[in-house]
Amino acid sequence: MNKSVVIVKYNAGNVRSVICALSRLGVDAVVSDDPKILKSASRVIFPGVGEASTAMKYLRESHLDEILVDLDNPFLGICLGLQLMCSRSQEQDTPCLSIFPTEVNKFIPLNGEKIPHMGWNTIRCNQDYLFEGVADDSYCYFVHSYYAARAKETIASCFYCGIEFSAALGSGNYRGVQFHPEKSGSVGHKILENFIKGERL
Amino acid sequence: MLAKRIIPCLDVQNGRTVKGVNFVNLRDAGDAVELARIYAENGADELTFLDITATIEERGTFTSLVRSISEVIDIPFTVGGGIRSVKDVGRLLEAGADKISINSMAVKDPSIISTLALEFGSQCVVCAIDVRKSTTIENSHEVYVSGGRVATGIEALSWAKEVEDRGAGEILLTSMDSDGTKNGFAIDITRSMSDLLSIPIIASGGAGTKDHFLSVFEEGKADAALAASIFHFSEIPIGELKIFLQKHGIPIRLKH
Repeated sequence: MNKSVVIVKYNAGNVRSVICALSRLGVDAVVSDDPKILKSASRVIFPGVGEASTAMKYLRESHLDEILVDLDNPFLGICLGLQLMCSRSQEQDTPCLSIFPTEVNKFIPLNGEKIPHMGWNTIRCNQDYLFEGVADDSYCYFVHSYYAARAKETIASCFYCGIEFSAALGSGNYRGVQFHPEKSGSVGHKILENFIKGERL
Repeated sequence: MLAKRIIPCLDVQNGRTVKGVNFVNLRDAGDAVELARIYAENGADELTFLDITATIEERGTFTSLVRSISEVIDIPFTVGGGIRSVKDVGRLLEAGADKISINSMAVKDPSIISTLALEFGSQCVVCAIDVRKSTTIENSHEVYVSGGRVATGIEALSWAKEVEDRGAGEILLTSMDSDGTKNGFAIDITRSMSDLLSIPIIASGGAGTKDHFLSVFEEGKADAALAASIFHFSEIPIGELKIFLQKHGIPIRLKH
């Protein structure tokens, strides 16, 4: 029985910073796209940077899309990972995995804001095991031009370009964060620790 | 609210940090990995490592140093200097860098910017632009390459616009007139560039006091400010600087 933390191997960006962050938590992660390994993992992390349509095309061609939506172990999407978990992305008008029934739209500057939304911004968290011990208005590191709209699955919010968007989404065993916990200093460390060590649901 | 970023820059030579005055007379300012760790702990929002000898001496950037840094620090970091190919970029990102900064290569072959943006995403492509006030055209700045040694004849703002159009995610603007002087950032060119572009601008060169940071955010409209020597020699502790800026109404991330 495989009890390791598994990072989903696909074509969207490098996973080294996630591996390093887990290593600082004392966790040796495995990187894999093997359905058996993913299904039996203690935790699954779905990171990602890059462009949605290219990533989704790869997931569909490799049939990983069917595996990812059918897992029952604790699952955490990061950045593009979270966006791919939504129903659709405006980026190349891409249908996504539909784990969260919300859409991903492009930021439109309202008052001279820079795009991408890059840097440290504050989050407001709902009660969720992911945010245990994380204070409201904690800063997390974001880099993205598209955002997941708020939905009833929103478990943390952030404000940019006049919009309150989903900084995190959660439903059942699935969680997704728009920011990069692996790059968010001690706050990110705590969130990853909660995901790895916290209550299962 | 999105915070303004404070970015210590570590100019790296043989795995150690150095900082010159006007790009010459280098002084050793310590071990790069150790400094990175201290900066991250003290509240730096990001780090930048520039392999300052790479372009001139035609050396590659130190992949193993990048690897060591990524193991230790939990904030984003950018690596630049001596990047010549898409392969170089892939190697540095693979080693754990979050962003790469290109300069001379982009001027030599601007198409590399779009190639990198398509391959790795705009978010990791920082275009460094070194500028100096034009001696011939009033209110104009000229782009320099090769560690500030070679004038290109290219006007800074038009180049910045091209860099954005080609897909860069961020610009690191260094004023060579200000760099190493500790007389303050070049506010005018920073503001002009920030107003012109829709991507973030990191202002660099000239930081000497806390007020200089306040000005570059308030008047220069910079999204981030980068400095080296004042941090390396602890002239301005990062924590103290951030408290000062917050007191003056700048959105700043303070460590919890």
